[in-house]
Amino acid sequence: MRTLNFAEAIEDALMQAMTNDHNIIIMGEDVHGLRLNLRIRFGRDRVLPTPISEGAFVGAAVTAAMGGLHPVVEVMLVDFIGVAMDAVLNHAAKIEKFSGGKWKVPIVVRATCGGGYGDGGQHEQSLWGWLAHIPGLTVLVPSTPLDAGGLMMAALAHDGPVIYLEHKLLSEPWLDAMGGGSRKNVKFDVPPEGTRGGVPKIWEPIPIGQGVIRCDGGDLTIVSLGVSVHRALEAAGVLEKEGISAQVIDLRSVAPLDKQLVIGSVSKTGRMLVVDEDYRGFGLLGELAALVLEAGISIKYSRVCTEDTIPFSRQLEYQTLPNVERIVESAVNLVNS
Amino acid sequence: MADPIKTQDHDSWHLYKQMIRCRLFEKEVMRLWHEGAISGEMHLSMGEEAIVVGIVDQLEDGDAMALDHRGTAPMLVRGVDPVLLLKEFMGRPDGLGGGMGGHMHLFSPEHLVASSGIVGASGPAAVGFAIANRRLRPDKISVAFFGEGATNQGMMLESFNLAATWKLPVMFVCKDNGQAILTQSANVTGGNLMDRVRGFGLRAIEVNGSNVEEVWNAANQEISYLRKGEGPVFIHAACFHMEGHLLGDQLLRFAHPSMSETLKTTISLVKAHTQSRGAPLRERTAGLKEVLGIVRETVRKHRSKEGDPIPPLRRKLLNLDAEKLHEWESQIRNEIEAILQQLVLPVEQVGG
Repeated sequence: MRTLNFAEAIEDALMQAMTNDHNIIIMGEDVHGLRLNLRIRFGRDRVLPTPISEGAFVGAAVTAAMGGLHPVVEVMLVDFIGVAMDAVLNHAAKIEKFSGGKWKVPIVVRATCGGGYGDGGQHEQSLWGWLAHIPGLTVLVPSTPLDAGGLMMAALAHDGPVIYLEHKLLSEPWLDAMGGGSRKNVKFDVPPEGTRGGVPKIWEPIPIGQGVIRCDGGDLTIVSLGVSVHRALEAAGVLEKEGISAQVIDLRSVAPLDKQLVIGSVSKTGRMLVVDEDYRGFGLLGELAALVLEAGISIKYSRVCTEDTIPFSRQLEYQTLPNVERIVESAVNLVNS
Repeated sequence: MADPIKTQDHDSWHLYKQMIRCRLFEKEVMRLWHEGAISGEMHLSMGEEAIVVGIVDQLEDGDAMALDHRGTAPMLVRGVDPVLLLKEFMGRPDGLGGGMGGHMHLFSPEHLVASSGIVGASGPAAVGFAIANRRLRPDKISVAFFGEGATNQGMMLESFNLAATWKLPVMFVCKDNGQAILTQSANVTGGNLMDRVRGFGLRAIEVNGSNVEEVWNAANQEISYLRKGEGPVFIHAACFHMEGHLLGDQLLRFAHPSMSETLKTTISLVKAHTQSRGAPLRERTAGLKEVLGIVRETVRKHRSKEGDPIPPLRRKLLNLDAEKLHEWESQIRNEIEAILQQLVLPVEQVGG
């Protein structure tokens, strides 16, 4: 076991994968700087900096994949995927089906996501529910260095399009670039277990669609992902003192969802609280409720999520993104109702 | 309609005043950001003042602006309340957008000014304003501000075509500092930008974006053409970003390197350069040289401050009338001081 930061784990996994598979390339804005070590080691034709042309370079990554490569294409912030949405929605996600299963599109779209550092509603969104809504896409959201590397390996072992989302609060270089700017006097609520941790010497892919139980409990199930997992775990600690025992599930993958893990847990606890940094309506929160209902299980349900456009103001931002107080309050209400 | 007069000394004084007002205001923004009173990213207009003032100073009621993530100076020159701007940057509920937007998302409906943090978004926005203006406010124009990085963005190129096809009164202003965050734009831009723009059917002119008089004169003529309905124009103005892409710019940190950061970067680079299995050694060395070149050039430009639009004009005015210059500068400083006094600093930034 070694100890690495979240971003180091991703780079380490990419280093291993690119050493073993010469068809893996990296494309995207500023990657000559952001992925400097990979560019130096593997050469400039494998780490390709692009202009600010997301529509073109994500579209091109789709056919580069169809032509035999395995591109990791970076759009910096998932918010910017709006500009490249046609390539994702109408091409990457569809071509395998349209070709009768004959032509796969093995690309990894890597982007940062999430808020908590005061950058406003055009740079702090999660959007995984929106992306997972589209059939054909795999959407992965790691919450620890171990999962960050393991899920990158999984993304690269997969033969279809994967959206790989890296939360900026967990990723030190991104948080520094976007939030800190080398200042020592700005504070962020960074969960330490998410930013640094043990990783294997040799990476193995984590099976896609497999969630994990982060904390055992019997009174209610808290289903979460990304940074919200750490908020949920902190809340579970508070709840324990109040005599409420929460089981915390880290989904790790939005699409496909680990239905069995969720159903197994809620059939024991009878209560599900979903903590999701994404928007409320028409997303993961509702999807989880639907799959439990479809399984014929009757539960009590509530959700803590991002209710509205994310405000720039740190105070308003804090209230808008899922926080420990809101999770505790919601859990207590759920158990006592 | 503005008369096509050349700037006289009198006008240069006025333009200088506007520029120094933006500069001093943004120095305070920079201070507040460094103090931690402003969160997230901060992209300053510092270095773009000649372009912004030379154009925005000539706009009138009904003219619209589509701004990028560097909206502070255009907002100031257009007459937006500086106190509201500062409060917005600090995320206060009494800010321009109630603390909801921050510096990248500034909006003023009464001035017809909208901004966006998405590169290239000012293109379509200016086209839309022009469509509305042509129908509702004839003779009024719209201006799009963006960097050269945005000229490789599809929506910007599509906007050039729309504006040309519909002969819309749009002034596309490309503030070209040659660098898109870490990327040298020449490395990712095919062909010649001016030829490219002309290929869409736009008038395209080049000005020195560090010379406010030159920008003012060119813009003055182009604005009169636009008001007469002679179709869109593209103005290419070279400039220099004094504080890099954003405050805390990672490339500029090499100008004042910290021991720990340098050590960390060096160790991982040496590893990448020497580890077995990868590209041939010659390619690795070439890659390393390339990145060192970018860092060296960035630090050199930053130190030389070449392209700063303010010192040359200041020298000129100082020779004309030193006393007047100092008096005007002190007036502006007083104004900025008064703006700051209207802020009651929050006790602490609330994090998580």
